[in-house]
Parts: sequence; C-alpha cells; structure tokens
Amino acid sequence: MPTVLLLGAGSDMAVAIARRFAATQYNVQLAGRQPAALQPLQQDLQVRYGITATVHAFDATAYDTHAAFYAALPVQPDITVCAFGYLGDQEQAQENWAETARILDANFTGAVSILNVVANAYEAGKAGTIVGISSVAGERGRQSNYIYGSAKAGFTAYLSGLRNRLFRSGVHVMSVLPGFVNTAMTQHLTLPPLLTAQPELVANAVFKAVQRKKNVLFVKWPWKYIMLIIKLIPEFIFKKLRL
Amino acid sequence: MQKRLANWGNYPAIISEESAYTQEEQLRSFVVAHHGFIARGNGRCYGDASLGKHSLSMLKYDKILSFDTVAGVLETQAGVTLDQILDIIVPKGWFLPVTPGTKFITVGGAVASDVHGKNHHMEGAFSGHITEMDVITGDGATITCSPSLHTDLYWATCGGMGLTGVITRVKFGLKKIETAYIKQKQIKARNLEEVIRLFDEYKHYTYSMAWIDCLQKGDSFGRSILIVGEHATKAELNPKQGQAPLQLPAKPRLTVPFNLPSFILNTFTVKAFNWLYYGKNFKKEINNVVPYEPFFYPLDAILHWNRGYGKAGFIQYQFVLPLEQKEGLVAILRRISEKGWGSFLAVLKVFGQQDSLISFPMEGYTLALDFPVRKGLFAFLDELDEIVLQYGGRLYLSKDARMKQEVFWKSYPNARRFAEIVNTYNPGKRFESLQSERLHII
Repeated sequence: MPTVLLLGAGSDMAVAIARRFAATQYNVQLAGRQPAALQPLQQDLQVRYGITATVHAFDATAYDTHAAFYAALPVQPDITVCAFGYLGDQEQAQENWAETARILDANFTGAVSILNVVANAYEAGKAGTIVGISSVAGERGRQSNYIYGSAKAGFTAYLSGLRNRLFRSGVHVMSVLPGFVNTAMTQHLTLPPLLTAQPELVANAVFKAVQRKKNVLFVKWPWKYIMLIIKLIPEFIFKKLRL
Repeated sequence: MQKRLANWGNYPAIISEESAYTQEEQLRSFVVAHHGFIARGNGRCYGDASLGKHSLSMLKYDKILSFDTVAGVLETQAGVTLDQILDIIVPKGWFLPVTPGTKFITVGGAVASDVHGKNHHMEGAFSGHITEMDVITGDGATITCSPSLHTDLYWATCGGMGLTGVITRVKFGLKKIETAYIKQKQIKARNLEEVIRLFDEYKHYTYSMAWIDCLQKGDSFGRSILIVGEHATKAELNPKQGQAPLQLPAKPRLTVPFNLPSFILNTFTVKAFNWLYYGKNFKKEINNVVPYEPFFYPLDAILHWNRGYGKAGFIQYQFVLPLEQKEGLVAILRRISEKGWGSFLAVLKVFGQQDSLISFPMEGYTLALDFPVRKGLFAFLDELDEIVLQYGGRLYLSKDARMKQEVFWKSYPNARRFAEIVNTYNPGKRFESLQSERLHII
C-alpha cells in the first residue's frame, strides 16, 4: 500500500486530501503542530477506509528538527503534500515584524526547510511525488496581501526550481494554486461563489493531477486566465489599482 | 461569513453569520465568546429550529471516532451524516437503529430532534439507542451524559432542539442485518378505517407507515397504501441479490435543479399525482424484496425535491394524536379535504410509547403533510392546531416554523421542566434559535 504524508494535516484542505487518498487505499501520515488534535482525523480515516493512519508532531518553523522528523517516519512516504500555511494580517504585518516573520516562516522558510529534506531523500531513491500548496496570491503582489503573496511567490518559485532539478531523478513536483477555498482560513471573508472551491474539490483535483503528473494545477479553471490577465496588466497601470 | 440560510422547507429564510470549526478547543472558545447562536447540522429540519442570527455549522465536525464491528457500536462527532454512516456500516452487516425518512441529516441533528422512524412502535426513537454523548454547555464545559449519567441534561438534549448546548460526540448502538435488502409488503386500503385496521393487523412488523391520499371524499375518504417491511435474510434474496447481499449497486441521481413556479402545485396536480401513485399498485397486495434505500429514503433519490414547492417554500405539518383519539385524525383530514389543500406527501404512522421528556412521539397516530406557503395558510394551520390541542396532541418541533407559543406550552406536558433544565445549562440565552424565541422556550 502506498503512503502519503500530509504536512499541516489539520487544515481543511489537508483533511479533504487525506480522505481522498485514503479512499483509494493509501496509508496516511498526519503531521502537525498539535498531534493530539489530529487524533479524531486519524481514527476517522482508519474507520472509514480501513487504512493505517499515523500521527506525527511537526513544527514548520523548528527547522533543526526537520531532518530528524523525516527520518523518524515509520515508512518513507511515496507522496509528500505540503499543506500548511498562514494568511496572517497584512496591516498588522506592516507595523509588526513578528507578524511578518510568522507569515514568511509559515508559508516559505518552513516549507523550504522540510521539502529540502524530502527532496534529497526522493532524489536519492529516484522516486516520489512532492505536492506544494501555494497560492494565486503569489502570482503578483497586491497591496491587500503582498506579504503573504510574496512568501507564496517564493514558494512557487522554489517548487518550480525543485521540479526542474528533480525531473532527471524521476521525482514529480506539483505546484497547486487553489484560488479561493472555503476553509477556516477564509471563514471571515465573503468569497465569490463561482471562484470559490470546496476543500473536497481541491482534494479531488490534487488526487487526479498527481496521477497525471501535472506540473501546475489551478483548481478552478477561471483562475488560470484571471491570473494571466492580472500578470499582463502593465506595472504603471497596476500600481494605481486598489487590489 | 454572512449567508442566507433556510431549512428544508425554505421557510423562513434568514441572513445569518456562520462559523464552523473542526476542533473541540475551537468550539469551546467559540461557545464562551458568543451569545445568541444555534448549532446547525445539514439544514434538513423543515422549519426554524436550527436558524439563528448567528449559527455554528457542525458539518466540518465530521469525524467517525470508532466502530466496534463485533458489538455494533458507533462513535462519531456530531456533524457526520447518516448517509456517510450507512456507507460504512451496511457493508459490515450493521444498520441504523432508527432512521428518519432522509439520510441527509447529521447525528447531532438526529439527537436534537430525537428522530423517529418507521419502527417507532417496535424500537422507539433515536434517544433509546444512545449509550453516551458529549455536550458543550453554556459555561464551555464538555459534559458526558447518558440515560444514567447527568440524566437531566441527557433527556433535555434528546429532542431539545440544540438549546442545552452543542452536541459534539455521540455513541450509539447499531442493529445487525444479514442483507442490505428489505422484504416489503404494500397493501391498498380503501379508506381511513381500513388502513387503521391494517396498522393493527400488521403491528408485529418492525417497519410500517402508510401513504394517504387526503383529497378523497365519501367512501374513499383516507384511501391509502400501507407499507410494512422487515430486513431481508440471505435466504429471502433472489440469486442475483444474493451474490453480494450487503452491497447495493450505485444509482444515478435525479435532482430538481431550480425552484418550480408554485402554480404547478394545485389541487389538480396533487390529485393527478395521488391518482397515479395509488393506481400504480394494481394488486391489492404486493410483496417484494427491495434495496433499503427506496424503502427508507424514497425522496432522497430526488435531490432538492423541496424546490418543487417554489420559492415561497412550504410547511410540513406533522402532528401526533393519542391512540384513543382517532376521530381527531378524521376531523383534521376532513378539514383538509374540505379546504382542497391536499399535499403530495401525507404519511401516517403509529407511534409506540415514549417516556422521554420533550421528544415529539407519544403513543398514537402521527400524520405528516406538506403545504406550500400561500395566502391564508397560516390562519388555516392555526385552525388545525386548535383541533390538535382539542384531541390532546402536539406538533413536531423539527418541522414547525409557525405555531403560536401557547400551542407549544399547552401541548407539551413537560415544557416547563424542559425550560428549567435548559436555563440551567444555557444561562443568558447563549444558545438561541428563531424557534426558541418564537415559542419563548428560554
């Protein structure tokens, strides 16, 4: 039975992804900051799908623990999904370095740190799939969330470089740009229904795209074109927009 | 997030602030920080019991915690739907001890409504099968209650419409089955008298209910089809069914994609529907073995059938009358037939005894009817309420969207005791719904 590792397993998107893979008889490794909080999900996956689910303590910002964390996993996962992230508060981050650092660490530095470890292991074994959940917010910086957006931009660039490097070893790296998703992270926002995905839709899209070895996944197709247009707006106009 | 919410009857609709959490600690912090909200499941109750200006959606609180496949005990978080549960337990040879006519409700909703099924006369309501459950009460504490532990909280929570707190975890017993099929018998009854006699004759069947054509007059007044059933044994299946007795084939689903204009439902169309439904059974009695889904959930096959009633929505009027008051049933059906406001769905069922505090069932006859919302409907239903009161009956809170507060307080003998317990666990109206305000329960 293949195994999938979920980093940041408590998020709504990760729960849906875990279920999607478990439903196809993958064993699941759930990693997060509060392992006790992951227990109900672990039980749920085992009862519903009859697979083995394990829980592991993982802190994205405790960089020096990452190698040991990965080495201690009961089996090396065939697929690693990096699903953690932190939206943060743009205005607060502008005033307060601690908030900025939190956003950068949760969305970029932490992801790079753990995926470096995973990438090296996969490269050595010449197999594996890495899925990074990035964001359309990283496609172009906007005044309303450019700190989060720049961290995700960095993550997107990292994933693209990783894909380039690992191609020769037969390791597949996929970047997911979900757009708006109805999750705890966006609970306080009013989102346009046509552009908003449910976590289950994201999970299904991720599952299928992994089978097809897709490189970049936009979950709802309009986003691909929306972001294309946003990227094409000349900077001298873009800077005047309130986005 | 601000959302337009309505329950299954599409009446009333409200703009509500909705919150949802996946962890108990988050739920607890939410509870202690807010006032005037109500926990909500899948919105399949019909009226306003789970509507509030602020609502706590439990749909993400949907983990199945354990399944003892030997003893048949399931433990789940409150937001799991019966639909999800059936998918897991049926292939392992277990079934829900009690199920209402839709599987798209949550476990928390099943407790808060203390749902009943076609087997109420034999196996009681949902509350009779719970071994323990957790409720986060007004002070943010999680209290484990059961028929022997914190019994006041337990009995006020079963059928208590979410007013004692947020139900988070429920552990309940399942029923062993050999197959995923039902051996059913359908018997045509010429009129109300005959169907009541048939109910008595077939009361040893685990499952029973009757579908009534309430637009008939004279000799055929109350003409109906009685449907009774038992879980089929392996020996009762045909060879094809017997190949995989616990598996059911996947079926395509129909849906009503948008609200139908309300003029489509009038006396003529209801008459035509009823004529077809009654007429499709050519024989007096039909015996066959069918998958459990069409037997228990005939309407679930048509997703969003509620849209058939148009934008204004509909009221499902369900009442129960004590066993010795069957003239009350006649009086009410006669009023409906005079008015000419029949409904597609008129379901008659006989309840067994119920010793719970505030749950709907009592030993007697219960009838459920659909009425599209239109001018004059509420005044007409107020008249029906008077008849229900006169015969010592009451209305189902999970389907109610409009009864006057006096009707509730007069018809539920334990209402005062219930309100006292609610006040103990829900001080300062932390949990509050449109219904609890309308009925002045707290």
